[in-house]
Amino acid sequence: MSKTAVSVRGLVKSYGETKAVRGVDFDLYQGEVLAFLGPNGAGKTTIVEILEGFRDRDSGQVSVLGVDPTVKGESSRLWRNRIGIVVQSTSDAADLTVTETVQHFAKFYSNPRNPDEVISIVGLDEKRKSKGRELSGGQRRRLDVALGILGNPELLFLDEPTTGFDPEARRAFWELIKTLRSDGTTILLTTHYLEEAEALADRLMVINRGQIIDTGTPQTIGGRNKAEAVVKWEENGALREVKTTSPTQAVSEIMSRFDGEVPELQVLRPSLEDIYLEMIDGESE
Amino acid sequence: MNEKLPSLLATGWNRGLIEIRQFLRQREAVVFTLMFPVMLLLIFGSVFKGTIALGVSFSQYFLAGMIASGLVNSGFQGLAVAIPLERDDGTLKRLRGTPMPPMAYFIGKTVLIVVTTVAQIFMLLLIGVFLFGVSLPTDIHRWLDLLWIIGLGASVSTLLGIAFSSVPKNGRSASAIVVPIVLVLQFTSGVYFIFNQLPVWMQDLASIFPLRWMTQGVRSVFLPQSFAVQEVAHSWELEKIALILGAWLVVGLILAVKTFKWERDR
Repeated sequence: MSKTAVSVRGLVKSYGETKAVRGVDFDLYQGEVLAFLGPNGAGKTTIVEILEGFRDRDSGQVSVLGVDPTVKGESSRLWRNRIGIVVQSTSDAADLTVTETVQHFAKFYSNPRNPDEVISIVGLDEKRKSKGRELSGGQRRRLDVALGILGNPELLFLDEPTTGFDPEARRAFWELIKTLRSDGTTILLTTHYLEEAEALADRLMVINRGQIIDTGTPQTIGGRNKAEAVVKWEENGALREVKTTSPTQAVSEIMSRFDGEVPELQVLRPSLEDIYLEMIDGESE
Repeated sequence: MNEKLPSLLATGWNRGLIEIRQFLRQREAVVFTLMFPVMLLLIFGSVFKGTIALGVSFSQYFLAGMIASGLVNSGFQGLAVAIPLERDDGTLKRLRGTPMPPMAYFIGKTVLIVVTTVAQIFMLLLIGVFLFGVSLPTDIHRWLDLLWIIGLGASVSTLLGIAFSSVPKNGRSASAIVVPIVLVLQFTSGVYFIFNQLPVWMQDLASIFPLRWMTQGVRSVFLPQSFAVQEVAHSWELEKIALILGAWLVVGLILAVKTFKWERDR
């Protein structure tokens, strides 16, 4: 097993009467991309902000790159030098150009990446001289990512990075994240887009009402690999369907009744979204 | 992992440079901060041409008041409005997430305030001298007095601005809360009106706050020494000014450190 980048045990956090995080345990391994999934208000952002050192916890143990995120002073600076944070929607640095902003933030780190290269990596070459206020939502998010990866982080936090993107911008953004992943950056991603989690993450963690309700790969989470498939076909002029855990056998039985092609034959595996919605639903009963 | 992080001073200085660059790109802010006091001086100086005591014109009195209130404008008002805006737009959260030492943010703000304040004072003096016949002091001690009064006054104003930045709920409401406070202080502290002509209760109230002492201190520099007897205490009270501003400095420092919020309450 590879080394842990993040380790969380018994994490609890309340805001007044509201229990936002109710006992969470998990590990994130080096080089892994872990996605947090969950409805709004599930506690995802609270957990991530505790890991990022933005928020205090009520109880539990948290270690991020071997450091407690509540660390203060010079140790805090050394720790922040090793992590990258892409926070939720911002509109800062509106009067500075992309180049100015990236160059300025590079001056905070001990060993920053080359600002020009980072601008190219996130695909903002054409926008170097544009001010923050002139960027589109997607370009703005790319700038956020540029600032997040600028310090050569060992661990990158991505909080709902593609909210408000059009599908094309989202695909382009995924390619960027895949490049970072192949460079060995450990990434903790929160999202409520399931295709995004499926495309990017090695492992998913579904969070609802402050607890982890399941964890697994995109293929196995929620028992997806063992879930019933639906076989649909047309027989005697009517659409028929069966739910089965052995679709191959079902198809072979159906085939035996036909001479050649089975009309309208489909085998449907549950999508990640089906599995996810079932998990979230079952919880809120 | 023993890589060397940039020093606090270098980072603070870089913050200062970027603050200045951003400030200069916000035309409204430049006009409001730098030109507004100059405009006021031009208007008041042109309307009230009389003298208020032997050898003391109203323009001279007003110039001193405008210099002092310039410290409050760029320090207190500037920060109490800008910080809530930067809290809303994510500037503070983003900086907090980097290895930037938090103190560098405040050093950057201080650099910006020093630069805008010096520019403002320079313009006011220029207009005062060339248009309204204000004479500059020739005694080096007066200039040294000006230095500590401005230094102390600007520090108090900066710290109170940082402290007050936690009061507005959001950036949009900030100037609506802060500007009236500054205006009331200016009217009661000897900027727009001559302080010794105000009702005693108003003088007493204004004396709680730093601006009244800052205006009196600046008057001691630019008004003839003979005017001292016209002050409420018949003296410039420089020691008392230093003491009161020093006390506010401590209060401001404690409040700023205790109340500063990197994020909006949710």
